[in-house]
Amino acid sequence: MMEKSSPRAASTRQGYDGVVVCVPVSIPYRRYSTNSAHWWIGRALRELIAGAGLRLKDIDGLSVSSFTVGPDTAIGLTQHFGVSPRWLDHVPFGGASGVMALRRAARAVQAGDADFVACVAGDTNHVDTFRKTLSNFSRFAQDAVYPYGAGGANASFALIAKNYMNSYGARREDFGKLCVAQRANALVYPHALMKKPLTLDEYMTARPIADPIHLYDCVMPCAGAEAFLVCREDAARSLNLAGVRVLATIERHNAFQGDDMQIRGGWARDVDDLWAMASVAPADVDFVETYDDYPVISMMQFEDLGFCRKGEGPDFVRAHRFTNDGDFPHNTSGGQLSVGQAGAAGGYLGLVEALRQLTGKALGTQVADARLGLVSGFGMINYDRGLASAAAVLARPQ
Amino acid sequence: MTTPLARPKRKNPLARTRLPSAPPSPRSRTAQGLTAAAAEGRFTLQVCAECQTVVYPPRDACPSCLSPRLPFKDVDPCGMLVSETTVRVTSETYFRERVPWRVGMVKLDVGPMVVTHLHGDTCEGARVRLVLKLDRRGAPVMLALPEQDTPDMADDPELRELTCDPKFRRVLITDGRNAVGQAMARACAEAGATIVFVGIADQWRPFPGDAAIKAIAQVEIVPLDLTDTDSVNELAAQNGARIDIIINTAEHVRAGGVTEGTSLTSARETMELRYLGLMRLAQAFGPIMRMRGADGVIAAAAIVNLLSVYALTNWPVYGVVSAVEAACLSASQSLRAELRPGGIKVVNVFSGPLETEWYQTLPPPKVAPAALAKAVIEALRHGLEEVYVGDVAQDIRARLEVNPKALERELGE
Repeated sequence: MMEKSSPRAASTRQGYDGVVVCVPVSIPYRRYSTNSAHWWIGRALRELIAGAGLRLKDIDGLSVSSFTVGPDTAIGLTQHFGVSPRWLDHVPFGGASGVMALRRAARAVQAGDADFVACVAGDTNHVDTFRKTLSNFSRFAQDAVYPYGAGGANASFALIAKNYMNSYGARREDFGKLCVAQRANALVYPHALMKKPLTLDEYMTARPIADPIHLYDCVMPCAGAEAFLVCREDAARSLNLAGVRVLATIERHNAFQGDDMQIRGGWARDVDDLWAMASVAPADVDFVETYDDYPVISMMQFEDLGFCRKGEGPDFVRAHRFTNDGDFPHNTSGGQLSVGQAGAAGGYLGLVEALRQLTGKALGTQVADARLGLVSGFGMINYDRGLASAAAVLARPQ
Repeated sequence: MTTPLARPKRKNPLARTRLPSAPPSPRSRTAQGLTAAAAEGRFTLQVCAECQTVVYPPRDACPSCLSPRLPFKDVDPCGMLVSETTVRVTSETYFRERVPWRVGMVKLDVGPMVVTHLHGDTCEGARVRLVLKLDRRGAPVMLALPEQDTPDMADDPELRELTCDPKFRRVLITDGRNAVGQAMARACAEAGATIVFVGIADQWRPFPGDAAIKAIAQVEIVPLDLTDTDSVNELAAQNGARIDIIINTAEHVRAGGVTEGTSLTSARETMELRYLGLMRLAQAFGPIMRMRGADGVIAAAAIVNLLSVYALTNWPVYGVVSAVEAACLSASQSLRAELRPGGIKVVNVFSGPLETEWYQTLPPPKVAPAALAKAVIEALRHGLEEVYVGDVAQDIRARLEVNPKALERELGE
């Protein structure tokens, strides 16, 4: 599908000078929870305010991401939590929620629309929540995907993974290498739900879910919440908070409509902007947090975010070590594959972990001398592909 | 290669009968456009009226030009199977009971990518043709078939789940006295039905074709009178759990309109046999069939109504019969909704005048009983819900679509 050139040249992207991200908050995940999403989001908000040394009334911006907070949206939560923000956002876009919330909040702070934006993602997981979320995830899914075996995301990503393997020669072992490395990172991250080591052999012989997806390619749905605070750099300093700087961000939805099967995400369209805006190169980053709903998507992100060329993902994986002490620290807290996927909070996991790594406060293994990190998000398999993609290059406090 | 279905063994009376569960059936209102096509065995997708883009999944605006005019049209169903998977773990009971279940993505020649069920003889990278079917809950689904027919392909488990194939099933023909009932019995036997129960009222009374019908090996004559509630209930009590398909062949055709030509007695008889007869069948057999909708490869599958096409709009020459047929059509829609939880299809087969004694004075074209029987078997094999047999039925249907008021006037001239 040819895309017509736009009538005007693309505008220059403005930097995020003077804005920082701070106070990483993670509410420890649970496989199942009898509490509501409101409970999880409320706990994260409370911990965020306490961690920032603020009072509830200081929060004048709120961004919420959740799948299970219905029938409420962010507006209902203002009354639920007793906040009176002058800037409000609801970002229910799954795996891209973290970076998307960050981008919006940063601009609001930069423009003076808000001083302290609390960005919170949280979801509960009742016994039947996951099936219900799957069965009415989107109109296209309901009309044209779920009736076909009701395999949910596993089946959809199985089709994408199979096609990727056929196209570029990726093998299950390559995906397994990523999963095994993430498990090693997770073993020292206190909130990870997966506590046992994983060997490549166990990965390879795990039970099949939807070929070629096997058990350890899948995230475990759970309940949990994550949060961070966006504010001005001087405000953070006056509160004595370590503020991570935002060098560059990108966001793109429903890219490459002409691709029959998803072999790339929207990052590929904006990646040059990302690195140009950050004034650094892929080789400069000290760690990478990809959105790992399935390892094949992590592999696509290595390609689409410029670490290797399209189709070289498998070779790239074979050539690097992905543990926190390796040459390419990746998903340093264990990622969703080992920590668990707390709904929309899964889209915050990498970002919150990056804040910890860049401020020297890793809960697990600290990546040595981490100065620059890349965080990427991906989400919303509306029909046959993930629609949302986003990424941010973050730098440690000056 | 499809493994041919083995003739099912006698059912273990101690084993639990698998109860029906529903495949996920919610669809958007727009997607119901596919239901209409699947019911008739057509393959349609939305085609933009302004830019001709073929659209799937169903939308309310064209993704190329945002036109809201997206009618469903017949399109070429061929394409290539790009990627496939076998679902082994699923959160829905219906599929949990049926895994492993193959699904795939097909790139259609007309454009869209389609997530689809896969026939066992399809393979990745090969050409396929898609068909639209109604699933066990009456919702439209896509199935990819191999480009060319393969041996025993109807026996594929994913396909058979979507059809009511008479092979190895047990059929009840409600009236074997008439030519249609006898043609139907023959066709069912030829289609591989294990038992063809043929209902005969007042068995002591001889009828034409008597010997021939009894000579069919699979035929078992049973006493049945649809105007007699006890008779229907008794048959259901004795054989209800052994009947997978019912074909209602009872007929009561008398010319005449509402003001003259038809006595109230005759009208009541027509109503008694056709409308109340259908109700008796529904009440006696419906609940049993609904419970047996997932009972293995010979699960209860369908009730077939043979309806006059004038059920859709009244032909005053047969004014009373048309009205009763309309009542039957309306009841069939209720029956359909009531049986859907069991995965039982209600198949409405519309035809114009038949080549039988009661339409003797009418000129051709008329539908031969054997042609009607053949159409019914095809409908069952393809899992259809609406069938129009013969030129008259097709003609009425086409005219109804264009201008129902004009049709009403013209039939009254």
